[in-house]
Amino acid sequence: MCATPLLIMKNISKSFPGVKALEGVDFTLQSGEIHCLMGENGAGKSTLIKLLTGVYRISEGEMLLSGKPIHPRSPLDAQNMSISTVYQEVNLLPNQSVAENICIGRVPRKFGLLDRKSMIRKAKEILEWMNIDIDVTQPVSNYSLAIQQMVSIARALDIKSKILILDEPTSSLDTEEVEQLFKLMRKLKDEGMGIIFITHFLDQVYEISEKITVLRNGKLVGEYTTENLPRLKLISKMIGKEFTSEHVKKEFRNTDSNPVLINMEKGSVANKIEEYDIKIRKGEVYGLAGLLGSGRTELARSLFGLDRLTTGELWINDEPHKGIRPIEAIRNGMGFCPEDRKEEAIIPDLSISENLVLALQSRKGVFNKIKESEIKEIVNHYIDALSIKATGPEQKISTLSGGNQQKVILARWLAVNPSLLILDEPTRGIDIGAKSEVMQMIKVLSKKEISILFISSELEEVTAVSDRIAILKDRRIIGEQKGNSVTERNILNKIAEVPTL
Amino acid sequence: MSEINTFRPAGLGYRIFNINKTYLPMITTIIVFLIMYSFACLSHPMFFSLRVFVNFLISNSFMGIIAMGMTFVIISGGIDLSVGSMVGFISIFSAYLITNLEIHPLSAILICLLFGAAFGYFQGFLIDRFGFAPFICTLAGLFFLRGSAYVVSLESIAINHPTVDAITAFAIPLSQKISLPFTALVYLIVFLIMLILAGFSTFGRNVYAIGDNENSAILMGIPVSSTKRKIYMLSGICSSLGGIVYALYTFSGYALAGSGLELDVIAAVVIGGTMLTGGIGFPVGTFVGVLIMGVIQTFITFQGNLSSWWTKIMIGSLLFVFILLQNIFSKTAHK
Repeated sequence: MCATPLLIMKNISKSFPGVKALEGVDFTLQSGEIHCLMGENGAGKSTLIKLLTGVYRISEGEMLLSGKPIHPRSPLDAQNMSISTVYQEVNLLPNQSVAENICIGRVPRKFGLLDRKSMIRKAKEILEWMNIDIDVTQPVSNYSLAIQQMVSIARALDIKSKILILDEPTSSLDTEEVEQLFKLMRKLKDEGMGIIFITHFLDQVYEISEKITVLRNGKLVGEYTTENLPRLKLISKMIGKEFTSEHVKKEFRNTDSNPVLINMEKGSVANKIEEYDIKIRKGEVYGLAGLLGSGRTELARSLFGLDRLTTGELWINDEPHKGIRPIEAIRNGMGFCPEDRKEEAIIPDLSISENLVLALQSRKGVFNKIKESEIKEIVNHYIDALSIKATGPEQKISTLSGGNQQKVILARWLAVNPSLLILDEPTRGIDIGAKSEVMQMIKVLSKKEISILFISSELEEVTAVSDRIAILKDRRIIGEQKGNSVTERNILNKIAEVPTL
Repeated sequence: MSEINTFRPAGLGYRIFNINKTYLPMITTIIVFLIMYSFACLSHPMFFSLRVFVNFLISNSFMGIIAMGMTFVIISGGIDLSVGSMVGFISIFSAYLITNLEIHPLSAILICLLFGAAFGYFQGFLIDRFGFAPFICTLAGLFFLRGSAYVVSLESIAINHPTVDAITAFAIPLSQKISLPFTALVYLIVFLIMLILAGFSTFGRNVYAIGDNENSAILMGIPVSSTKRKIYMLSGICSSLGGIVYALYTFSGYALAGSGLELDVIAAVVIGGTMLTGGIGFPVGTFVGVLIMGVIQTFITFQGNLSSWWTKIMIGSLLFVFILLQNIFSKTAHK
C-alpha cells in the first residue's frame, strides 16, 4: 500500500499567446521528500512553480493536493492551501523587526490592539523550533542574507505549510550559510513536509535531494531517484544530448606564443565569483563554458569593471589596473556586449547610427563631437561589412530583428577598434542564420588580432569557436582546456566530476 | 542534533549601544532637542519654565496636529503637499459656515472634518488607483484648495459665537497662573491617538510595511491599496483639524492662512527622524521635531537682536544635517 502523494500535478500544460511554455508535464511530490526540479533556462521550471503558487492558471491538466483537486488563484490563495514559497530575492520588510516580519498580517490582538508581546513570543517559538536564536526585536536587515532566508521560511512555516517551495534560495549564500539552510530543510523533511528545491548547483542537488525531476523545453524528461542518476547523465538530460559522437573538430590554432593581453590575478567579487586567474592572449578566442548560474557572466562583468573587484589585480598589456571601472576598460580597448540585449545594450528609441557611434563618442568624450559626415561613413561601412538588414541608418533600432540588433551592438564596439571584445551570449534569441553569421564574424575578428571572450550556454558554439576555454562551475573556474582538447565531452566530464575536498 | 545557532545582528546601532537601529534617527532628534534646550536655558534662564514649555505646545499646536498625519504619509514613502492649503480653506470655510450661514459651530466642525477626510481619501484614491506620484497629486490638491479658499471669501471672516468662546476658553489649569488651553489639548490628544495607531494597530503596522518595501508587502498579503487611501485620508483629517484649531484660535477665517505651512510640517517630520525613503519614523520623533522648531523660534524671540528670518536659517541647517544623517543610516542599513 502506497500512501497518497502529497502533491500530484498531472499532464500539466500552459500556453501563453504564441508559446507553449509547458506541455504534458507530470510532477509528484511525497511528503517528507526533498525533490529537485532541474532544467536549463526556458525549461519551464518557473512556469511550473508559478502554476502551483497561483501566479498563473493552468491551461490543461489537474493538480491534486493530498488527493483533492486544487485551483490556486493567487499566491495568497496558495498560501491558504498550505503551499508556501521562498524566493531567491528575499521578500521581507528590511527595517521592521524579525518578529513583525514573521507575524505581520496575523498578529494576535488584545482589547482590539495588537498584542506585541505575544507576537514576539510566537516568533521566538518558531525560530526556536528551527534551532535559531536571534533577537527578534531587531530589524531584519541587521542580519545576514542566510538569516533573512530563514526568517522568510519561518514566516512560511507559520502558515502551517505542507509544501515548501524553495526557488534558488542558495544563489546568494556562502557555503556555511547553505549548510545552515540544509540542516533546516532536513529537519522540515523529517517533520513530513514536502520540499520542492530549485537550484543550479549540482553538488547541492546530490547532497540534499532524494528525487530529481528534469524538464527541458517545457517538456518532462523524467523523474529520477537521485542516487541512481549519475551527474553526467543528469547534465546530458538537462541539455538534451547523449554525447556519443563528436563533431569534426575545427582547425587547431596554437595561441600559446601570442603575447598576453589581459591577465587577471586572483580576481573575485563577493557573492558573485570566487577567486580566479585568467590570461587572455592577443588574437585569441577564449570561451567560458558552464551551466546556468556557474558564474560566466559574473566573470566577464568583473573583467570589464561592471562589478567592483573584491580582490585581485587586472593587468592589461602588462600594465596594472587596480579596481578597474568600465570607462577605464573602454579606454583600454575593451568592449562588452551584454547578455540582456534589450535591457543593457540597445537604446530602443534611437536610430541605428546613434546606437552605433555611442561607444566611439563616449571614448572621445562629450565635448569632442564626431562630425556628421564621419558618422555617416562609419555607419555605412558597418551596415555593409556586417550586412545589417535595415532600411537605412536612421531606422529605429527597436524595429530591427534580434540578429540585426546584435550586429549593430557588435559594430558599436568594432567602431572603437577594440583589443578585447566580451560577447556574453551573443547568439541568444536570434535565428539560426544570424547565429552562424555571428560565429563566422568571431572567427574573422580573431584573425585581425582582436581577442574575444566568448560566452554561450550552447556548448556546441563555445567549442566551435574557442581556442581556449575555462570551465566554470558553482562560480569557480574548475579547469582550462586548449586546442584539441576543447570538446563538449571534456567540458561535461569536468563539470560532472565530484569535487574532491 | 538540536544544537542552537545564535546570531548577533550586524547593525551600527547594535554594535555600539545594543539598540535597535531604526530608533537611531529618533534618538538623535531627542539628543539634539536636549542640547538645544539646555543651551537656550543657559543663555536665558527664563527659558526653563513651564510657561515657555506650554507655549511651545500652544504656538505650534496646529502645525503639530498636521505633522502627525504627515508622519504616517512619509512613513509610507509618500508626501502630502496639500496640508497648508487645507488649513487656509478650512479656516475660511468654517468661518463662512459659522458666521455667514449661521450653522452651529459643532456641526461646522463636523462638516469640515468630513470634508478633510473625503478630500484626503480622494487624493489617496488617485495615488493608489492610477499610480500618480504623491508629490504631483497633492501639489494639485494644494492649488485646488488654495484657489477654493479664495472662492469662499477674499476677505477674512470673523467668528463670533458663544459656543466658540466656550470652546476656546476651556483649559486645564497646571498651576496657579499657567493652564493648558484647548489648542494644546487637541494636539496632545491627537498625539496620543497617533502613538497607539502607529504602534498597536493593524493599519499602523501596514503603513510601515508599505513604506519599507511595497512589493514585499503585497507578497505578504497586506491590503496595500486600501491602506494607502486611508493614509491620505488620515492626513486630510489631521490637516482639516489643524485648520479648525487655527480658525478657533484666531477667531477668524482667512484664505491665506497656512501658506507654506506644508514645508514647515515636512521639515518638522524629517527633523523628527522620519525617513523620507519610508519605513522608519515615530510620532514621538515628530513631536520632538515640532518642539525643536518651537525652541528655535522662541530662542530667537528671546534673543531680541536677531531677525526672525534666522529661524529659517536654523531650520534649513538642521534639515540639512538630518538628511545627511539619514543618508548615513540608510547606508549602514545595507551594510
